[in-house]
Amino acid sequence: MVPPAHFTSYYGRPVLKASPWTDDIPTYLFLGGLAAGSSLLAAGADLTGRPGMRRTGRLAALAALTGSFAALVHDLGRPARFYNMLRVAKPTSPMSVGTWVLSGYGPFAAVAAAGELPGFRWLRPLGRPSGVVAAAVAPAVASYTAVLLGDTATPAWHEAHRELPFLFVGSAAAAAAGLQLVLSPTSETGPAQRLAVAGAVLELAAEHRMERSMGIAADTLHEGRAGRWMRTARALTATGAVAGLGARRSRLLSSLAGAALLGGSLCTRFGVFEAGQESARDPRFTVVPQRERLAARG
Amino acid sequence: MTTNPALDAGWVDPPPRKGFFTDTSVCIGCKACEVACKEWNAVPDDGMNFLGSSYDNSGELGGSTWRHVKFIEQPPVDLGMPSTSLPGSEGTKSDFRWLMSSDVCKHCTHAACLDVCPTGALFRTEFGTVVVQEDVCNGCGYCVPACPFGVIDKRIGEGVKNEGLAQKCTLCYDRLHDGLTPACAKACPTESIQFGDLDELRERAALRVEQLHGAGVPQARLYGEDPDDGVGGLGAFFLLLDEPEVYGLPPDPVVTTRDLPQMWKRAGLAAATLLAGAIAVFGAGS
Amino acid sequence: MPSLGASFGRGGATTFLQDLQNSDCIVIQGSNMAECHPVGFQWVMEAKKRGARVIHIDPRFTRTSALADQHVPIRAGSDIAFLGGIVNHILSNDAYFDEYVRAYTNATFLVRDDFQDAEELDGLFSGYDEASASYDQTSWRYAGGEDDDGDAAGNTGHAHGEAHGSGGPTIDPRDIRTDPTMQHPRCVLQVLKRHYARYTPEIVAEVCGVPVEDFRKVCEAVVANSGRERTTCWVYSVGWTQHSTAIQYIRGSAIIQLLLGNMGRPGGGILALRGHASIQGSTDIPTLFNLLPGYLPMPKAADHETFDDYLAGIRDPHQKGFWGNADAYFISLMRAWYGEAATESSNWGLDFVPRISGDHGTYQTVLDMLDDKVEGYFLLGQNPAVGSAHGRLQRLGMAHLRWLVVRDLNMIESATFWKDGPEIETGELETTKIPTEVFFLPAASHVEKSGTFTQTQRLLQWHHKAVEPPGDCQSELDFFHVLGQKLKARYADSADPKDRAVQAVTWDYEKDAAGEIGDAVLREISGYGPDGLVSGYLDLKADGSTASGCWIYSGVYADGVNQSARRKPGQEQDWVAKEWGWAWPYNRRQLYNRASADPDGKPWSERKAYMQWDGEHWVGPDNVDFVKDRPPSYRADEGATGPAALNGDDPFVMQADGKGWLFAPSGLVDGPLPTHYEPAESPVDNALYRQQGNPTREVFRRKENPMQPSGSEPGADVFPYVFTTYRLTEHHTAGGMSRWLPYLSELQPEFFCEVSPAHAKERGLEHLGWATIVTARTAIEARVLVTDRVRPLQVGGRTIHQVGLPYHWGVGSNAVVSGDAANDLLGLALDPNVHIQESKVASCDIRPGRRPRGEALLRLVEEYRSRAGITIETGQQRLTRKRMAP
Ligand SMILES: Nc1nc2c(c(=O)[nH]1)N[C@H]1C(S)=C(S)[C@@H](COP(=O)(O)OP(=O)(O)OC[C@H]3O[C@@H](n4cnc5c(=O)[nH]c(N)nc54)[C@H](O)[C@@H]3O)O[C@H]1N2
Ligand SMILES: Nc1nc2c(c(=O)[nH]1)N[C@H]1C(S)=C(S)[C@@H](COP(=O)(O)OP(=O)(O)OC[C@H]3O[C@@H](n4cnc5c(=O)[nH]c(N)nc54)[C@H](O)[C@@H]3O)O[C@H]1N2
Ligand code: SF4
Ligand code: SF4
Ligand code: SF4
Ligand code: SF4
Ligand code: SF4
Ligand SMILES: [Mo]
Repeated sequence: MVPPAHFTSYYGRPVLKASPWTDDIPTYLFLGGLAAGSSLLAAGADLTGRPGMRRTGRLAALAALTGSFAALVHDLGRPARFYNMLRVAKPTSPMSVGTWVLSGYGPFAAVAAAGELPGFRWLRPLGRPSGVVAAAVAPAVASYTAVLLGDTATPAWHEAHRELPFLFVGSAAAAAAGLQLVLSPTSETGPAQRLAVAGAVLELAAEHRMERSMGIAADTLHEGRAGRWMRTARALTATGAVAGLGARRSRLLSSLAGAALLGGSLCTRFGVFEAGQESARDPRFTVVPQRERLAARG
Repeated sequence: MTTNPALDAGWVDPPPRKGFFTDTSVCIGCKACEVACKEWNAVPDDGMNFLGSSYDNSGELGGSTWRHVKFIEQPPVDLGMPSTSLPGSEGTKSDFRWLMSSDVCKHCTHAACLDVCPTGALFRTEFGTVVVQEDVCNGCGYCVPACPFGVIDKRIGEGVKNEGLAQKCTLCYDRLHDGLTPACAKACPTESIQFGDLDELRERAALRVEQLHGAGVPQARLYGEDPDDGVGGLGAFFLLLDEPEVYGLPPDPVVTTRDLPQMWKRAGLAAATLLAGAIAVFGAGS
Repeated sequence: MPSLGASFGRGGATTFLQDLQNSDCIVIQGSNMAECHPVGFQWVMEAKKRGARVIHIDPRFTRTSALADQHVPIRAGSDIAFLGGIVNHILSNDAYFDEYVRAYTNATFLVRDDFQDAEELDGLFSGYDEASASYDQTSWRYAGGEDDDGDAAGNTGHAHGEAHGSGGPTIDPRDIRTDPTMQHPRCVLQVLKRHYARYTPEIVAEVCGVPVEDFRKVCEAVVANSGRERTTCWVYSVGWTQHSTAIQYIRGSAIIQLLLGNMGRPGGGILALRGHASIQGSTDIPTLFNLLPGYLPMPKAADHETFDDYLAGIRDPHQKGFWGNADAYFISLMRAWYGEAATESSNWGLDFVPRISGDHGTYQTVLDMLDDKVEGYFLLGQNPAVGSAHGRLQRLGMAHLRWLVVRDLNMIESATFWKDGPEIETGELETTKIPTEVFFLPAASHVEKSGTFTQTQRLLQWHHKAVEPPGDCQSELDFFHVLGQKLKARYADSADPKDRAVQAVTWDYEKDAAGEIGDAVLREISGYGPDGLVSGYLDLKADGSTASGCWIYSGVYADGVNQSARRKPGQEQDWVAKEWGWAWPYNRRQLYNRASADPDGKPWSERKAYMQWDGEHWVGPDNVDFVKDRPPSYRADEGATGPAALNGDDPFVMQADGKGWLFAPSGLVDGPLPTHYEPAESPVDNALYRQQGNPTREVFRRKENPMQPSGSEPGADVFPYVFTTYRLTEHHTAGGMSRWLPYLSELQPEFFCEVSPAHAKERGLEHLGWATIVTARTAIEARVLVTDRVRPLQVGGRTIHQVGLPYHWGVGSNAVVSGDAANDLLGLALDPNVHIQESKVASCDIRPGRRPRGEALLRLVEEYRSRAGITIETGQQRLTRKRMAP
C-alpha cells in the first residue's frame, strides 16, 4: 500500500471539528492526574507511617481535585448546568463515567484531606478509610481521561487510544510523586522517588510507543505548539527521572526533580491536547488515514 | 432494511425512520435551504465573513449553521486555483465543473455525538433522528470532537440565543411532529434535498445513480447509504459526483464508540498498573 | 418588451415556466436563470431529467452553467453576432421549418424596393437621418401598401417601440405582395439571407470570442432539436435587455425561433424572464411614463388632441387582429378612471389624460433634476442611488431637489445619500448645502398587505395579508387612496380647467373586512358592463357602456371570482395548471398556441401535440390563443378588419398581418433586423461594419456623463477591459431587501469582482485582496475573487479580459453590509426603443489595491480622463464614420 502522494480537501478546511475545549481541559487532565497520584501516595504514606507525606498527599489531592473540578466546570458552556451530568449515567460516555468516578473519588479524597486541616479534626478518624477508598478509585481517575480523549473522532487522540491510558497514568504518577519530592520531608519520600522514576519512565515509554502506533497523526506531536509542548515535556520528564534517581541525596535535587516532573506532566497534557486539536484542524489527518484504510480494504 | 435506531433507543412502535437523500447533482447552490433553516429554527447569523471560497461564505456547519452549501470549482486543468487542490486526481477531466452540495447533520445510525453526551441532552427521536435538547445541554462540548463529520458545535457569539450550547440540525423535529416536511427540503427548488422514509429514499437514490450512470455520469456515487459502514449508515445520505473528501466529507467515517470497549480495557489495565506501581513503591523498602 | 411585441404581437414571455419540461433543448442566453429564477429553474431540471440539452451562453460560468450541458463563454455585448450566426447557419443549410415558416411568418412577404440593408450601407439601414440620429422607416415597409398616404400606419418618422407590450405595431396589411416560392430577391426570407450571409462561424469567433467548434455545437443542437418532432426554447432576461441594442438581441432569438418553427408550440417559445416579483405587472399596468394600462400608448402633446388622432396612432383602421378593438379598450379604461365624465364630449376621457412631450423616463428626469427643472420626487420601491446606472448622477441629481419622498421598507441609500453617500466623502456634496428635504415613509411589505403579483409568465397571483404592517407602515394602495382623496378634496371647488381631471377621477373604493381596497380595485380592473362583471375583453365596448382598468387583465374577476387567488395544487390538475392563478390574456398559458397545430389544424406531430381543431372548436390543454370556433380553412372577407380579418391560419392574433415577423417593417426605431453593433463603450472595433455602435442610441453630452473612447480610437487603451454587472442569488437588486437581512448578508457579505487567473496575473490582483476598478465616471473598490469561471476570450486576435461585478452593494450607514456600488462606474447610453440603460457592458481599467479616499479619488479619475483624452464629445458620436449618403 502506497500512501497517497497528496490528498484532497474542501479549501483546506477541517473535516472534523476540533473540540471547543480551552486550556481548562489540559489543566484538568493534569490536576486530575495529580490528585489521583497524590491520593495513592497519601494512602501509602498513611499505611506505612509517613505522616508528612500523608498530609501533603491528602492536601495536594484535595487542592488538585478542587482545581480540576473548577477547570472542568469553567469550561462548560453553562456552568450552572453541571448537575445535568449527574442526572444520567451513560456507559457510552466516558465523560459520564468520569463524572461518576470523580463523584466516587472526590468526597473520600476531600474527607481524607479535611481531617488534616485545623477545624476539621473531628473528621480525622475517617481519614484512613476515606483515604483508602479514594486511593482505590484514584487509578480510575487517572486513567479514564485517556478514554475521554480517545473516544472522539479527533485523530491524534483516537489513534492514541491504546497507549494514552498508560501515558496518562505514568504522567499522573510522575506528577504526584514529583510534588512529594518538592514538598515532603526527604526522609519520607523513598516511595515517591521510586514512583516518580517509574512514572516518568512509563510516561516516556508510552509516549514513544504511542507515536509508533498513531500513524500520521503522530506528526502533530512533533509540529507546532504541540511539538514544543511535547519536546519540553520529554526533556523535563527525562530530567526529572534522572534527577529523581538522586533525589534522596539532596533536597535541592529532589525539588528540582519534582518540579521537572510536575512540569513534564503538565507539558505532556498540553502537548497531547494541542496535538489532538491540531489533528482535527488539518484535514490531512482525517482524510489520509481513512483513504489508506479504504485502500487496504480494497 | 436496516436496524431502526429508534427501536434500539427504546421507542415502542416508532414511525418509519425519516431522513434525507441529498442529490447534489441537481443542486443549484441557491442556499434557500440554508436560509429556510435559519428562518424556521431562529438560528442567528454566523458572522459577515468574506471567505472567497467560491461562493461559500458560511465555511462550515456549526452551532449557527445547520445547513451549509458547498461550492467546488474544478478547472479542467490545474491553473493554480487559489485554494482548492485538484480533486478526483485520477483520469483527466475535459470540462470545468462547479459542484454544489448542501451539507447537514447525518443523523447517524450509530451517532457518536449522542453516545458521548454525558447529560442525555442528545437523544434519539422516534423518527430515528438525533436531536439536542437545548434545555438539558450544559455545553460540555464533548459531542463536538466526537462527531466524525464535524457537524455539531457549540454556538458562539456574545449574547446570542443558546450561546455556549451544542447546536445542530434537528431534522426539524417540531415539523415532523406536525407531519410537515423539514424547512430546508421544503424550500429546495430542485428537489436536491429529498425528505422521506429512509428505506424509500435509498431505493430512489439507487435508481438515480443508475440513471446518471446511463446518462454518462460515471462519477455519480452514493455516500452514507450503506448500513454496513463505520457509522451504520446515515440518516441523511448523499449522491456525490466526486470523492467525499472533495466535499469535505470523511471518506471512511467510523463512530468512535466502536472502539470504546477496547479503550476501557486499556484504561483498566493502565489503572491496574498504576495501583500496582503504587503498592510496589511502598513495598520496596524504605 | 417591444421586441416580442414587434415580432409576435405581445410583449410578454410567450410561454410558461412549466412548459420548459417539454423542451428538447433549452438555450439560456442573457440570463442567469438558476441564480435569479431558482424556483422556475426546477423546470429546466425537469427537462434535463427527460433528456433535454441545456446550453448556457454567458460571459461567466455561473450556477446556471454548472447545471447546463454546455457553457459558452461570450464577450458581453456581442450576442447579435452570435444569434445572426445561428440564423446564417439555419438559412445556409436550409434547416428552417419550411412549412411553418411559409404559413406562419412573413417570410414570403416582399419588402419595398427602396429598402437598403445594413450590409449595403455599412451598418446603417435606409432612412437614417444624421441630424436626429433616427430612421425614417418608410422604406422598411412591405411592398404593396406604399402608395398609401405616408402616415396611415402612423409610423413614419419614429414609431415607438414602447407601445407594443400587447398588440404589434401598426401597419396596413392590405395588398401586401408575397412570393410563396420565397425566391424573390426582396422577399423577407431572401432579405434575411443576404443580411446574415457574413455572420459566419469565423465572424462569430472574431466578434464574440467563441471558438468555431463551440458555436457549431450550439447551432447543431438547436437545429436538431427543432422541427415537427422536437422543440427548442430560448430563455433570456436582463443579460440581454440592458444594452444599447437590447431590443435587437431579443429580435435575434425571435427570428431563430420563427425559422425553426418553435413559436406557439409546447417546449418552444421565448421565455422572457422578468425581474422582481411584479415587474411584468409593472409594465402591464405600467409605471412607465409613456404607457397606459394594457400597453395603450400615452397620448402625445400636439399629435393626439382628439380621440380619433389618438386612436389612429394605435391601430391602422384596416389592420387585422385584436388590436383592432383598441377603441373599446381605451374607452373602457377611461370609464374605469373617470366614470360618467368619460364621454364623447371629453374625447372619451382623453381630455383628462396628461400628454407627454418627449422622453420623461427616469434618466431624463435625473438630468432634468441637475438642471433644476424638477422640484420634488417620489421614490416608491426603488433605490436609484444604488440600482440605477450612473449612481453618481442619481445622487447628484437628487441633491438638487427641493423635496424627496422615499417610501421603502428600509432606510435605503437613496434616503441617506445626503449624509453618508460617496460624494460626501469626496467633498463634492456637503450635507448642510443640500437643499433637499427628505421624507421617509415606511412601507408595508408584501406579506403585510393583500394584492396581486404578475410574474414572469403573465400570471396574476393573489397574496393574502399574513401579518399587520408594523408601526406606521402603510401599503401603497392605502397611501395613494388616501392621497387621492385628499387631492380631490383640495381641488373639489377649483375652477381651473387643469384641475378637472382630479375632479373627474373616481376615487372611492370599497374597503373589505380587513380594511383593504385591493379586491375592489381588482374588480374594476377586470371590468363591469351593464350586466355586472365582464368575462373578458371581448365583452368590452367602445360605446361607454363598459369599464375596465386594464383590458388585458379583463376577466381576472370573471364570474365574480377572484381568479388570481385560485390555488388548486398542481397534483390535482394537469400540467398546464390552468386553475392556479390567472394569466393574461384570457388565462392563456402559452401564447400563439394556434401555431402548435399545422395550417390544417392538426398537431405537427403526436409528440408535440397541444392545441388542435376538432371540427368545431380548438381544443387542447390550454385556452386557445385564437378565435375559439374559427376553422383553419377560414378566409376573411375582403375588407374585414380587426379580429374578423384573421384567417384560419393567422396564429399571431395581435399582429396587424396575423404573422410572426422575421423582418419588422414597423415598430422598432433602430432597424427591421438585428445587426451587430458594439456597445457604447467597447475596447474593440466593430468587425462587421464601419458603424461602431447603435447609430440611434440615446446619448447625453454633458460634463456629468463623460463617455470613454472605443476600439481603435485614441485613448481607448486606457480602459482595456470589459466589465459586466449582474445579480447573485443571495442578494436582491439594489439590496434594500437583502443587505438589511443578516441571513442573506452573511451569505455574500462583501462587494467583490470576479476575474480570471490570467487577468489577475496580468494586473497583479490577489485572491481575497482588493482591486480598484476605474472608468471615466469614478473608481470603486472590491474584494478580488480569482476564478476560472471567468475566462479570457480571444476577440479579433487579442485577448479580452472581462471583469464581473455584482451590483447589489451601495455606500451607506444603515444596512447590515455595504460596499461600493458597481453602478457608479456606468455612464448613460440608452437603447432608443425603451430608453433602457446599457448597464450590462462597458469598458474599464482594474488595478490592485484599495481606491483612494476623499478628494484623492477625484484626482485619480481625472488623471484617467485626461490620459484618455476624454472630452464632452468622446464616445457620444452616433454616426461614427462619415459615409456616402444613402
Ligand atoms: N436572487 C435574485 N434573483 C433575482 C433578482 C435579484 O436581484 N436576486 N432580481 C430580479 C430581477 S429585478 C431581474 S430583472 C432578474 C434578472 O435576471 P437575470 O437577467 O438572469 O440576471 P443578471 O444576473 O442581471 O444577468 C444575467 C446574466 O447576464 C450575463 N450577461 C451580461 N452581459 C451579457 C451579454 O452581453 N450577453 C449575454 N449572453 N449575457 C450577458 C451576466 O453574466 C449574468 O450572468 O432577476 C430577478 N431575480
Ligand atoms: N448595473 C446594473 N444595474 C441594474 C441592473 C443590472 O443588471 N445591472 N438591473 C436593473 C434592474 S432589472 C432592476 S429591476 C433595477 C432594480 O433597482 P431598484 O428597483 O432601484 O432596486 P431595489 O433594491 O429592487 O429597490 C426596491 C426597493 O423597494 C423596497 N420595497 C419592497 N417592497 C416594497 C413595497 O411593497 N412598497 C415600497 N414602497 N417599497 C418596497 C425595497 O426595500 C427596495 O429598497 O436595477 C437595475 N439596475
Ligand atoms: S453527523 Fe455528527 S452530529 Fe450528526 S448525528 Fe452523526 S455524529 Fe451526531
Ligand atoms: S455539549 Fe451538550 S449535547 Fe454536547 S455532549 Fe455536552 S451536554 Fe451533550
Ligand atoms: S431539517 Fe430542519 S433543522 Fe435540519 S437543516 Fe433542515 S431546516 Fe435545518
Ligand atoms: S435549496 Fe436545494 S438547490 Fe438550493 S442550495 Fe439547497 S440543496 Fe441546493
Ligand atoms: S425569490 Fe420568490 S420569485 Fe424569486 S425565485 Fe424565489 S420564490 Fe420565486
Ligand atoms: Mo429587474
